[in-house]
Amino acid sequence: MGAWIPPRWLRPALFVVSLIPAVWVVVALASDFFNGTRLLGSNPIKEAEHFTGRWVLRFLIVTLAVTPIRQTLGWNWLQRYRRMFGLFAFAYATLHLSIYFFLDLELVWGDLWADIVKRPYITIGMAAFLLLVPLAATSTAKMVKRLGGKRWARLHKAVYVVVVLGTIHFWMAVKRDITLPLVFSLIFALLLGYRLVNLRRRRAAWSTDERLAPRPLSSEA
Amino acid sequence: MLIKKPDDVRSSEITPEELYFGRREFLRAAGLLGVAAAAGGLSAAAASVGRRGSQEKDELTPFDDVTTYNNFYEFGTDKGDPAENAKSFKTKPWSVRIEGLVSKPATYNLEDFIKPYRLEERVYRHRCVEGWSMVIPWLGFPIADLIKTVQPLSSAKFIEFQTLFDPKQMPGQRAPLLEWPYTEGLRLDEAMHPLAIFAVGLYGKTLLPQNGAPLRTVIPWKYGFKATKSIVRIRFTDKQPRTAWNVAAPNEYGFYANVNPEVDHPRWSQAKERRIGEFRKRSTLMLNGYADQVGRLYQGMDLRKNY
Repeated sequence: MGAWIPPRWLRPALFVVSLIPAVWVVVALASDFFNGTRLLGSNPIKEAEHFTGRWVLRFLIVTLAVTPIRQTLGWNWLQRYRRMFGLFAFAYATLHLSIYFFLDLELVWGDLWADIVKRPYITIGMAAFLLLVPLAATSTAKMVKRLGGKRWARLHKAVYVVVVLGTIHFWMAVKRDITLPLVFSLIFALLLGYRLVNLRRRRAAWSTDERLAPRPLSSEA
Repeated sequence: MLIKKPDDVRSSEITPEELYFGRREFLRAAGLLGVAAAAGGLSAAAASVGRRGSQEKDELTPFDDVTTYNNFYEFGTDKGDPAENAKSFKTKPWSVRIEGLVSKPATYNLEDFIKPYRLEERVYRHRCVEGWSMVIPWLGFPIADLIKTVQPLSSAKFIEFQTLFDPKQMPGQRAPLLEWPYTEGLRLDEAMHPLAIFAVGLYGKTLLPQNGAPLRTVIPWKYGFKATKSIVRIRFTDKQPRTAWNVAAPNEYGFYANVNPEVDHPRWSQAKERRIGEFRKRSTLMLNGYADQVGRLYQGMDLRKNY
């Protein structure tokens, strides 16, 4: 258990599978507008925004699920794909933002600024995206080395903030039917909750260790 | 006052169905051009496709879009849900009750309810509060005609419309998404305006359930949610009715809900809209382009406050 070595094709296979929704939405958008199809329904740009937004959250779920699965099921091999999943979350966020800015706002900077300033759900969504940027930028092995493992790990804790902001963004964007935001929130709560419990356990273990550790009898010097 | 220009889009401008279906073919051919343009860059492509509907013109929105992209929460919250879940919706028999401050309260069969009135085609712009719009050829008659027939008392100041409540047929009503049954209302003088109609059909056909069969209101200068679908009750009152979206989120949806590019929804701008089927957005017009006809209803009112 845990010693399983995944076949070489698994990485490219996961990569291609992860890319499918993005390719689909781009092709569907082009086809709807140039060929008059209705692959994305009557309002393709809106649908593409929502579609890519949901995929950002799904890839965040997959990324955050790696550690709990690894620790509970012992599937350590999953670890080697975590970075790729994280980068896909970033890629889908970029696509989401691009569709919003290029197609929905039609490149009008004034409208973008007005949205960011006036609409809290856009402000929050944008903050979530900006927070993802340094995480994506420091995802290479070189950057991990340059930052040092500890600092890198601390920086990448920001993903928890991204998750919270992203989920709030989703909640605020829906009009009335909160089913889907609720489902995503519950999953994220589970994934973040797991870490909290873990942290508390480790802290408890650590302080017990400390209490039991031999202490110097006196502290002059 | 005589309204000389009842429709902004005249009936003579309606595209006949054959021509309109031919448009799809034309668009498909244009697709080749579009792909070529795409190679030349996004903005070039956008410009070429943007002509699909000229920004100045109000082309009819295809029947497919009008009947599959609907907000009708009684049948589900996704735009495609109503067309899917309303397939077996029973609109026969159907009765409509008229009650409240009115001289002739009564319950009518739908057939009797409609019979006295002359149905006419009205091509209206339809603007959803979510920022998209359509152009729809409705079939119906002015609400004013009914009001004149049933004679409200002088104490009546508002008219209230109510949708059928039937969770067995309307699965959306099983969840407390909105206060059911869906209730909407108008000031009596708004309802008397000749542009405000009851619709029983669109595109020359009987209304489909997803569009509010068998009887709905259409108030073209207001956001779509001010319309009431599948109406079973019409009540005349002296108090402003509680209206569904206003009750659900009063800071976002007002009683008036007049289309107004200058008054933003708290979560999005209302300055522009996407006409379904068009690539580029267009500017939203004051009172959805019917300001000349209905503007007088709101003279001296602060439309920012009365949103």
